[in-house]
Amino acid sequence: MTLKEIKEILKAEVICGEEHLDEEIKFAGGSDLMSDVLAFGKPGILLLTGLSNAQSVRTAIIIEAKAIVYVRGKRPDKEGIKLAMEKGIPILSTQYMMYKTCGLLYSQGLPGVS
Amino acid sequence: MGIENGLSQTFEITGNDFSKAGSISTTVKEILQEIGIDSSVIRRAAIASYEAEMNVVMYADKGQLILTVTPEKFTISVEDEGQGIENIELAMQEGYSTATEEMREMGFGAGMGLPNIKKNSDEFEIASIPGKGTSLKMTFNLDTKKEK
Ligand SMILES: Nc1ncnc2c1ncn2[C@@H]1O[C@H](COP(=O)(O)OP(=O)(O)O)[C@@H](O)[C@H]1O
Ligand SMILES: [Mg+2]
Repeated sequence: MTLKEIKEILKAEVICGEEHLDEEIKFAGGSDLMSDVLAFGKPGILLLTGLSNAQSVRTAIIIEAKAIVYVRGKRPDKEGIKLAMEKGIPILSTQYMMYKTCGLLYSQGLPGVS
Repeated sequence: MGIENGLSQTFEITGNDFSKAGSISTTVKEILQEIGIDSSVIRRAAIASYEAEMNVVMYADKGQLILTVTPEKFTISVEDEGQGIENIELAMQEGYSTATEEMREMGFGAGMGLPNIKKNSDEFEIASIPGKGTSLKMTFNLDTKKEK
C-alpha cells in the first residue's frame, strides 16, 4: 500500500514529505507509548501514534520508521516537523481515532508489525 | 564527526530538558552510520542509547554519554548525577516505573526502558549509588567480517 493510498483511506492531511507519497508501506504499528514503539518497531514500519511531541519523531528516527500518522487530529510541534523534514520522514495527520485508523488500514490489507 | 579524533566522543545530557531529549541518541546513530557499522547493530545501539538518555533526562540532574569505538566493539556509557536507584533488581523488572504523570503523557514511563536496554546490548552493566547517581555501560560487538 502506498502512502498516497493511506492518505486517502484516512482522509489525512500531509504535514510534510509530500514528495514521498509514492513510497510503499508494508506494515504498521500503533502506540502512544514510546518505549513500546522502541520495543516492537521494525525498520520500514508505519508508525501510528497520538503522541505528537518531538520524542515521537525521534523515536521514529531511532526505529527507522518509514512514515508517521498522527491520529485524533494531532500534529507535531515545529521541532518535530523540522526533524522529520531533515530525515525525510513523511508525516500525515488524520482526524480518526487510533482504533478506527488501525481498523481502516488493516481492513484494506495493511498488516500489523510481526 | 569526532570519530577521526580518537574514536571517542562525549555528549552532555541535561536533566529535565525534554525538548532536546533523545537528540544525542539520534546523533550517535548518525555517527555509527558514518563509520559504516552493520545496520542491525546500529538499531540495537540506538534503541538502548535512547532509553538510557531518556532516563537521565527523566530521573537525573545531568549526565554524560560517552561513545567509544574500537575495531572489535563499541561501548556507550551513560553516567549521571542524580537520585540514583535504590533497588536495581526492581528497576530492571519489566513494568516497574516511578515516572510521573507528566512523563507518561510524553510517552515514557512504561517501565520497559532498562529491560529493553539490556536486551538490545551484547553486554550490559549497571551500577548506582542512591543520592549520587547511576552509570550504565552498554557494549556492542562488531562482526569484523562485516566491517569495511
Ligand atoms: N538514571 C536513572 N536515575 C535514577 N533512577 C532511574 C534511572 N534510570 C531508571 N531509573 C529508575 O528505574 C525505573 C525503571 O526504569 P525504566 O526501565 O527505564 O522504565 P521507565 O523509565 O519507563 O520508568 C524508573 O522508573 C526509575 O525509577
Ligand atoms: Mg526509562
